[in-house]
Amino acid sequence: MNIQKLTEKGPFVSLLMGLPGGGKAFMGILLSAAIFIVVGNQFVPEGNFFHVPTYMVSLLGKYLCYALLALSVDLIWGFCGILSLGHGAFFALGGYAMGMYLMRQIGDRGVYGNAELPDFMVFLNWQELPWYWFGFESFAFAALMVMLVPGILAFIFGWFAFRSRVTGVYFSIITQAMTYALLLSFFRNDMGFGGNNGLTDFKDILGFDLRADSTRLGLFVGSVLALAFGYLVSSFVTQSKFGRILIAIRDAESRTRFTGYRVEYYKLSVFVMSAVLAGIAGALYVPQVGIINPSEFSPANSIEIVIWVAIGGRGTLWGAVLGAILVNWGKSYFTGALPEAWLYMLGGLFVFSTLVLPKGIVGTFPIFYANIRSKLSGKSETRQATEAGDI
Amino acid sequence: MRILKTALLLGLLFVFAEAEQPVHAETLQELTSALSVKSYSKKAVAVKKLAASGAEEAGVILHALMDGALFTRKTDGKIVLGLKNESIYSLSDPINGSALGQAKKSELKKVKINNKVRIAIRAGLGRLDLSHPDSEKRISAAAAIFKSGDPSMLGVLLELVKSETDEDVLPAIVRAAAALELTHSLDIDARINAVAQLKSTGGPEVKALLIKTLSNIQGPATPENLQLESALKGALADVERQLETYGLIENLFQGVSLASVLLLAAIGLAVTFGVMGVINMAHGEMVMIGAYTTYVIQETCRLYFPGFLDFSLIVAIPLAFAVAGTFGILLERSVIRFLYGRPLETLLATWGISLILQQLVRTIFGPTNKEVSTPGWLSGAWEVTSGLSFTYNRIAIIFFALVVLFFLMMVLKRTLFGLQMRAVTQNRMMARSMGIKSARIDAMTFGLGSGVAGMAGVALSQIDNVSPNLGQAYIIDSFMVVVFGGVGNLWGTLVGAGSLGIANKFLEPYSGAVLAKIFVLVAIILFIQKRPRGLFALKGRSVEG
Repeated sequence: MNIQKLTEKGPFVSLLMGLPGGGKAFMGILLSAAIFIVVGNQFVPEGNFFHVPTYMVSLLGKYLCYALLALSVDLIWGFCGILSLGHGAFFALGGYAMGMYLMRQIGDRGVYGNAELPDFMVFLNWQELPWYWFGFESFAFAALMVMLVPGILAFIFGWFAFRSRVTGVYFSIITQAMTYALLLSFFRNDMGFGGNNGLTDFKDILGFDLRADSTRLGLFVGSVLALAFGYLVSSFVTQSKFGRILIAIRDAESRTRFTGYRVEYYKLSVFVMSAVLAGIAGALYVPQVGIINPSEFSPANSIEIVIWVAIGGRGTLWGAVLGAILVNWGKSYFTGALPEAWLYMLGGLFVFSTLVLPKGIVGTFPIFYANIRSKLSGKSETRQATEAGDI
Repeated sequence: MRILKTALLLGLLFVFAEAEQPVHAETLQELTSALSVKSYSKKAVAVKKLAASGAEEAGVILHALMDGALFTRKTDGKIVLGLKNESIYSLSDPINGSALGQAKKSELKKVKINNKVRIAIRAGLGRLDLSHPDSEKRISAAAAIFKSGDPSMLGVLLELVKSETDEDVLPAIVRAAAALELTHSLDIDARINAVAQLKSTGGPEVKALLIKTLSNIQGPATPENLQLESALKGALADVERQLETYGLIENLFQGVSLASVLLLAAIGLAVTFGVMGVINMAHGEMVMIGAYTTYVIQETCRLYFPGFLDFSLIVAIPLAFAVAGTFGILLERSVIRFLYGRPLETLLATWGISLILQQLVRTIFGPTNKEVSTPGWLSGAWEVTSGLSFTYNRIAIIFFALVVLFFLMMVLKRTLFGLQMRAVTQNRMMARSMGIKSARIDAMTFGLGSGVAGMAGVALSQIDNVSPNLGQAYIIDSFMVVVFGGVGNLWGTLVGAGSLGIANKFLEPYSGAVLAKIFVLVAIILFIQKRPRGLFALKGRSVEG
């Protein structure tokens, strides 16, 4: 991507144009699906086949948040080989920052009617707001915190970890310990984040009623835009020179270091970037599901994110998105239809995806497809197809 | 002063002796029939007299009275013991136990009691127990008097202080007597003397008593009151210091106990992660399988060999090893062997396995906790002194953990299998060229690690809930232990478990259990930054790979 191109068409358009084939297709599908859903929800009458009910809009919005989260994990795992088993923590922190804003918006409409303190603080007999709650009545401040808090945590954590060359499974295990420690601390009532009930009972966001259909649609559109934004940024990052070095680190860390690159700074930057994306995903997730509680920090959740990416295809951005949506759709469906079977299936997915589909759906099917094609026609097709799958 | 005290004691004894004088004159028969009076206060006096007789039968009669099994026969007014047998009561003589035929309910009149009588009965039973031939009974009776603070027992106690010969019983009686004297005596010297005696016995109950007395000192600041107050304060400080030491020892024991649990949970992981380099997230589920094996064996024993139930735990140890080991070998052969050299993928696949195993157990046994009972020989506690005791099952787990560690080290260092295992770990190709079947060794090693986890499950079933989530609770801690101690080194695992367990328990009193755990986790995270390969790291080129 050269600068001239950027100035000619404006940055956004040229970013879009700079997307590889798969990326363009993805953006096209995402945006047209979003338009379809918005129209289906607002303009198609109920009862019509194309009508999209509001609960479905919220559900899809939730999936999109998961997709953004998966994207953030893919950015570090798929492109830099850092397996974080604590990414749920950044997601939850972003969620808590948004939750705190939403709590402050309740004002005196809580059960105890205290204009200053959230219900759970009144319940605990607290007299005044703890210092870290100040500022959260402003949306702008909360939005800043949504990105800053996960970003700073990731920076501190990554700074220590990458500088002392904690790699591979050791890194995975200590990220798991990190999210576990956060889980335990957020369970404490003394922390001032609502203990194990978390933050809930939200009323409105930016003055819009959270239960209104239009607000829910708005949040869905916000999620679509956030995902599109996240996708563009990730795509830009991974295709830049910076991204090439990330891939080099993933494939041969020592060699990259010996070539003269400060590996730890590259890792740190991408780790922080990924944490910020996860925080944004969490912030959009909370108003759509209406609650944030410490269970979001549980290590099991974080591992589940990894499996979305693995199923979809690590190292391909839209694979991560696809994986997140597919697995979560499956989860919603099967926990309703066959609740007993879901954990077997999820467990099976872990085993299946590592043993049979190491490249995920996106990485495997083009090869499969190409193999069939090459049998039918010539060998030259094979290369192209595998390259296309290798975004 | 001593003369004064002796005089006081004599005085007290005299009072009691006088009260007891007529008792000896009356026969047991007369004492018993005195219970049929209507007035409750007279009944209480009768109870006291009965107890003071010290006769063996008096205990039976008092117990019967307490349980409402004592009746007056309407025909002759005799006190009888009635056992209800459907609607007919079979009667017997309360003193010699001879049968007296049967009677209907209408022919009998129950000897009623009220609270006053009940208190008298309890005191009377305590008095009888104090002169019981069994020394254990005497100790507990003295402790009961210490708790109730019944002043009427002081005379008996002081008498017994002189006559008691058992070294174990004497301190308990002295303590009870001193407590009564401190709270009820009016003589300042006797009270101060009692404080000194209490100080020498110590214990949390004494501390409570001292605090209570200190706050109860009334009246103006006379020299006597001041003297007593300073004595009390001095004794209190002494007792508190002693309790603090006990607390420290207790804490240390708790820490060692937690460390042994961590060691058990982590030691199998040290084999699979440390020796083989395989991240087994399903390790916790192997522990769980061991615990469920224990449960199944216990239930089988209950059904088929009830007499054997106390020893089902012993049988469970090798069986849990076998069952969990088999699961481990199956897991290695079916999944893990395809993933060697891809640690992150192994982590994910074994996580999936752990979900499946949990759900499997949930499907078979249900989601609720199963109860594994503690056998008789493991229940109870070893009381070192008053205020310091260790439960037997915790002690057993500490020993068990050390035995398992020793056993595993022997296997690794002294057997052919261990030798082959280390050879494969160090240089797979070379080992193969020496004729070692590396695939078989891999499977066996994994089986060994899982089997040890299964044995840990037997131990954990004694102190934790046996539920499908049992393993989840330990997996992160186990990883912390192995990573902290250093991979590939069993001594490291021992040191890791020891320091984490003790650190956790020593932080707990200051910060609470949850914060202590968070501190320890954060400390490990920071520690790993400093020494990414743990305390006892392997050195050399092979480590980086």
